Amino acid sequence: MTEIIKEWFDRLYADTGLNFSVFRDAFDAQRFLEGVLTTLEMSAICLALSLAIGVLGAAVQGVRFRPLAWLVDAYIQFFRNTPSVIQLYFFFFGLGPLFTSTNEFGQAVPLVSSYTWAVICFSIYAGAFNVEIFRSGIEAISPATVDAAQALGYTRLGTYVHVVLPLALRISFPALSNNMVNLVKLTSVAYAIAVPDILYASSQIWSDSLNVAEIMNVVLFSYVLIVSVFVWGAGLLERRLRVPGMGV
Amino acid sequence: MTRESPSPRRPAPRPSAGWARGAFLAMALLALLALWHAGASAARPAPAGAPSIAAILWDWTPAILKGFAANVGISLASALFATVLGTFVGIGQLSLHRPVRWLCWLFTHLFRNAPWLVLLFYCMLLLPFQVRVGAWVVPIPDWVKAVAGISIAAAANMSEIVRGAIQSIPTGQWESAASLAFSRTQALWMIVLPQCVKRMLPPWMNLYALIMVSTPLCAIVGVSEIMTVAADILAANARHDLLMPVYLYLLVLFFLYCYPIAVLTRRLERKFAIAG
Repeated sequence: MTEIIKEWFDRLYADTGLNFSVFRDAFDAQRFLEGVLTTLEMSAICLALSLAIGVLGAAVQGVRFRPLAWLVDAYIQFFRNTPSVIQLYFFFFGLGPLFTSTNEFGQAVPLVSSYTWAVICFSIYAGAFNVEIFRSGIEAISPATVDAAQALGYTRLGTYVHVVLPLALRISFPALSNNMVNLVKLTSVAYAIAVPDILYASSQIWSDSLNVAEIMNVVLFSYVLIVSVFVWGAGLLERRLRVPGMGV
Repeated sequence: MTRESPSPRRPAPRPSAGWARGAFLAMALLALLALWHAGASAARPAPAGAPSIAAILWDWTPAILKGFAANVGISLASALFATVLGTFVGIGQLSLHRPVRWLCWLFTHLFRNAPWLVLLFYCMLLLPFQVRVGAWVVPIPDWVKAVAGISIAAAANMSEIVRGAIQSIPTGQWESAASLAFSRTQALWMIVLPQCVKRMLPPWMNLYALIMVSTPLCAIVGVSEIMTVAADILAANARHDLLMPVYLYLLVLFFLYCYPIAVLTRRLERKFAIAG
């Protein structure tokens, strides 16, 4: 199979000069594939972390001690209304030097890699949106449902975990999946701090092989493919999770 | 028989949204910055003769604001192109011509699913640096290519906003327009779209804020703007303790610009939801 693909692109190169090196050259293919895996892995980790931040943040906003809610609110507004690239730079260049150790030669060595900083930054960024999404999902649940749960003897925490959260998740799923799609797209910004994702790996390939146009199209197509599959899957799940008579 | 509905249902007051809170937040951040700076300089006094961080930031403020003006300019130009292009593509998605409808759908979904940075790279690297129009050679500066990249991404979003707004207008409007002998085009431009404007305003403002916070991406592809100025400051001073304050300064600047837009958007959303 790979032989057929390679042959086809070799012939394309011979005929037209279009050099799709990621399909022809084993080294470029390897670099590109690793980039794809990095993007997918980063997306998956950020997704899980940002969901956790969303659930936690929404829970904290429901706590009676108001200053905590204000703190979460400040976090949401600040991260929503500032550019994620500068946030990333702030984390990587601003906070990065605070987390260093020295190696045996006395040189400073970063403890947190650029990949980890990108994951932390994007999770916090997407998490800010998730808190608001979860909160509006929680607000959409009728108070009668919560009262009913408490009448049945659920504690406040029990109501939240067993009644409010599952319903809120299902109600807010459309907005949530939308935000998660944006998160997958956002991971490309990690290029700025040299995380070897699709975009960065590709930029190295086109610098070596001097085939910008071809690789740029491959990159665009790869991202559109990944995001489209993600959107399609989210759509399937959305139909399964729809609460009859609630949400839009 | 129509009856005045009882007092319109107001959405529960939301804890966020408020100029006062935003101002408070910004002040708190600045205070935090000052406090951190004081703490840092107390812990590790700057070498004799070296200017303090606050002094450096103050000296560079005119340059930073100039860089920020470039960001605002790019965002306004992109918003203009995206709005015009997105409106036509959005209308095209509802065209009766199958090829037009299909093409507009493809444009929307292709560019909505591509990361903005990738589209920026695409335009930056693949658009020519000059075009020949007859006898003239017209150069295309980098910032124009950046505007093109952002515009395409934003136009795809705009297209969905327009399509959604048109589809949210009750079909009765189309039918009564048709019964008054309006053609489809006339009904669209004279009856349906004017009603859409109000509905599209909040999401459009959201989109503008999104465009604004995306402009620093232009520095990655080599357009001079605020991030370039930040790099200049850091290069000119070569001080590690300057990294965090500089980026925090930029973040606060963007926040002061974008937060009022967010508050206004939410006010409008709420107002229209009640009037609905």
